[in-house]
Amino acid sequence: MTTDTSTIEDFADSHFDHPDPIELQTFGFWLYLMSDVVLFATLFATYAVLGRNFAGGPTGRELFDLPYAFGETLLLLVSSATGGLAMLAMHRDRKQPVMAWLGVTFLLGLGFIAMEINEFHHLIADGHGPSRSAFLSSFFALVSAHGAHVLGGLIWIVVMIGQVGAKGLSEPVQSRLIRWNLFWHFLDIVWVGVFTMVYLTGVM
Amino acid sequence: MHRTPIERAGAGRGSIGSYLMGFILAIGLTAFAFAMVWKGGGLPKGAVLASIWGAALLQILVQLHYFLHLDRSSAARWNVTALVFTLMIMLLFVGGTLWIMADLNSRMM
Repeated sequence: MTTDTSTIEDFADSHFDHPDPIELQTFGFWLYLMSDVVLFATLFATYAVLGRNFAGGPTGRELFDLPYAFGETLLLLVSSATGGLAMLAMHRDRKQPVMAWLGVTFLLGLGFIAMEINEFHHLIADGHGPSRSAFLSSFFALVSAHGAHVLGGLIWIVVMIGQVGAKGLSEPVQSRLIRWNLFWHFLDIVWVGVFTMVYLTGVM
Repeated sequence: MHRTPIERAGAGRGSIGSYLMGFILAIGLTAFAFAMVWKGGGLPKGAVLASIWGAALLQILVQLHYFLHLDRSSAARWNVTALVFTLMIMLLFVGGTLWIMADLNSRMM
């Protein structure tokens, strides 16, 4: 920890006016998010190519329940906003509200994942699993890649609630909260693309 | 004026007002896109497609601005630069894939 930080600070000292580990860590995480955008771009491209190859199987119009997907969208959007409220509480240095808003965000995110797993379960139980057609393969690849990210974000929230509780709002903890918040907002932005391309376009 | 490290990281300019504004706009755009598909059966397909993709693009910009606080300030400048570069890569991937596969498809017919 100390070695890493001092290396970063030495670099910052020699290159920037205001050496600041949080600024560098946040920017480094931002670059990771950009590489994740590229990952999702390949999955979106795959879905764009294969999404109409039904192989005689069911189409999106037959499979997707649009109000259900709209509910998932709202859960994730509200959780993105409550995650932001946790950040505002952090800036006011209020430990209890930070933990409370993180808890609310966790429950909303958990609701989203539960709805998605339920949807996948019904699709697979009805014989519409990823092996049914190229459309369903690319659908499961794209949507479950997003779901896996959300699951990672949920685990991250649990860790952060523990860290805020045990260590308080120290600078390293704040830095991690900022990065988690970027990650969480980013996942909602990716979902806007999924909802539009897969669900809205799919049932038209 | 002294700024905390968190503000310099470009993450400190959110306020309850800006989050509320972003949230209302995002909900509105999502509901609009949903209603276009759910209730807009009489409209031509091209118009519905254009409006839901327009709403999605607008919502992405709204979230980048109000939730991720991207703007033209110096704190966010390199974030925006990296994002613009990534969008170019994304355009190449998605656009290039569609172009090649559509071309291949028409030659195989």
